[in-house]
Amino acid sequence: MAREMMKGNEAVAEAAVRAGLAAYFGYPITPQTELLEYLSRRMPELGRAFVQAESELAAINMVYGAACTGHRVMSSSSSPGVSLMLEGISYVAGTELPMVLVDVMRGGPGLGNIAPAQGDYNQIVHGGGHGDYRSIVLAPASVQESVDLTVLAFDLAEKYRSITVVLSDGSIGQMMEPCELPPMQPLKTKFPDWAVSGADGRERRYLSSINLDPAAQEVTNFRLMRRWQEIEANEIRYKEYYMDDARFVVTGFGSAGRVALSAVRAARAEGIPVGLIRPVTVAPFPNKVYEEIASRVDGILVVEMNSGQMLDDVVRATRCQAPVEFFARMGGVFMLPDEVLDEIHRMVKGPLTTEGHPRDRWLNRVNIGK
Amino acid sequence: MAMNTADTETVVYSRPDGLTDTSTHYCPGCTHGTAHRLVAEVIDEMGLKAKTIGVASVGCSVFAYNYFDFDFVQAPHGRAPAMATGVKRVYPDKIVLTYQGDGDLASIGTAEIVHAAVRGENITVFFLNNANYGMTGGQMAPTTLPGQKTTSSPNGRDVETQGYPIRMAEMLATLEGASYVVRRSLHDPKNIRLAKKAIRTALEVQVRGLGFSLVELLSTCSTNWGLTPVDSLRWLEEKMVPYYPIGDYKVHTEIANLRF
Repeated sequence: MAREMMKGNEAVAEAAVRAGLAAYFGYPITPQTELLEYLSRRMPELGRAFVQAESELAAINMVYGAACTGHRVMSSSSSPGVSLMLEGISYVAGTELPMVLVDVMRGGPGLGNIAPAQGDYNQIVHGGGHGDYRSIVLAPASVQESVDLTVLAFDLAEKYRSITVVLSDGSIGQMMEPCELPPMQPLKTKFPDWAVSGADGRERRYLSSINLDPAAQEVTNFRLMRRWQEIEANEIRYKEYYMDDARFVVTGFGSAGRVALSAVRAARAEGIPVGLIRPVTVAPFPNKVYEEIASRVDGILVVEMNSGQMLDDVVRATRCQAPVEFFARMGGVFMLPDEVLDEIHRMVKGPLTTEGHPRDRWLNRVNIGK
Repeated sequence: MAMNTADTETVVYSRPDGLTDTSTHYCPGCTHGTAHRLVAEVIDEMGLKAKTIGVASVGCSVFAYNYFDFDFVQAPHGRAPAMATGVKRVYPDKIVLTYQGDGDLASIGTAEIVHAAVRGENITVFFLNNANYGMTGGQMAPTTLPGQKTTSSPNGRDVETQGYPIRMAEMLATLEGASYVVRRSLHDPKNIRLAKKAIRTALEVQVRGLGFSLVELLSTCSTNWGLTPVDSLRWLEEKMVPYYPIGDYKVHTEIANLRF
């Protein structure tokens, strides 16, 4: 199929349509809005459901209702909008429904700004909504990967009756790149035996996240966690570059990982034996990959466009077997390859340590805000 | 002479098919049971059971899905109209109804109910107004009457600091998207019969695809009002009905002459 030049947000929207999206509910927020705008044209053209809701609260609950029918459903938003959705997300998780959410992250906290950032990592990866649940979280680094992961998100959501989040950011959502779109899948016509549709010739069904009996709720929570174990066993995805002979490793997800790749290539051109790990599933997190590389490299540099939210996961996974360093830009300031290259040089020069926390060292050596 | 009644007995009253054979958790004197029964009777009479999907809310009716014998989903607090929108947009030919209390619909869920009506969403809302938050133990609701004592307005609702009660039916009736908005009361048999006709009309509106329909049902809460069931019905009639007048606030021309 021919490659087309597409804006990230629109490419994700069309990918969702082709993955069999039956209903979309959303609310405008920059830098995600083109996704909503595109679907406001595309969904009615195909006779599919589209509603611009009165708020993100309403949008996520429209998704919740539609998800109860077993159809493929999606919403999208950006950081503050996703915060508003967290109540509904927890309910969707508690009801064990498949759902896809696209978070095109922007600078924060608070109203912040509309520039790309990665500050929603903890909110999305480590919960956000109340109660015990996990979401599958996929982190694209390009328009093409956004397309591919959007299609995958629907499959994983259905396979595991799970929320699957495509954790993108303002740069990936707004940039135009050539991409190949997936083939058009037909809409589903068969629905699972838990889905509501009207009790025609069968026993009634109901879907709820309430469970007043703590022991019964605990059974649900165990089921969710055992399913998560299965997801951890089957669905971990990551990309690695120049790792065969690497003595040093840079790691970051999404845009930060992509910028880091440019820096790693520049360092390789200088003869520095450095590789890159870019997690594609940030949940489930590739713990074993980090544990393994920590046992054989001299240093790990974590780069993010947040204050080190994934860093904490890397520190935990590497168990202080290797020195970890950290570099980040925050608040919507985009990271540059030269900055990462400088950090690679600093790491290679040393000295490195496993004492103290890499975030503290970073804060101490960077002068911004002092 | 002894009469053999066995073959002359006629069933004059039984559980509607639309209700499950389950004892409800509602308090003695509560009119939720009456409202449930009316909705179920109408669903039976219209033959809608196999194509109806209900949306329960948060509050005393959170377990409505245990009592209605058709498909149900259960919404977060106030969000039932949004969830119903999601279901209805996917299944436009099914009947989608919400069953919500006044804390749910008139406080935390005002945005969702207003915008469901604004969109003319083709759903039916049954709105039970008993002037307080029942499930959490009788706190002040937006519908609590001026001077009414509750656990969170122990000196009576002071309109200077706590505002005036909200008349949802009148407010929603101003919206173009609303096709049928009425208020009824459940305090005596006559009004219960009128409430049933309104429930029937509201569902007819949806069957005909005319848009948003809502029936507000004035209800009792004996436990939290601290009144006997009989006194509760009297309080409803004497205190609530004057503030919340029974009436038709919006009636689409296409169903204006329907009679049941």
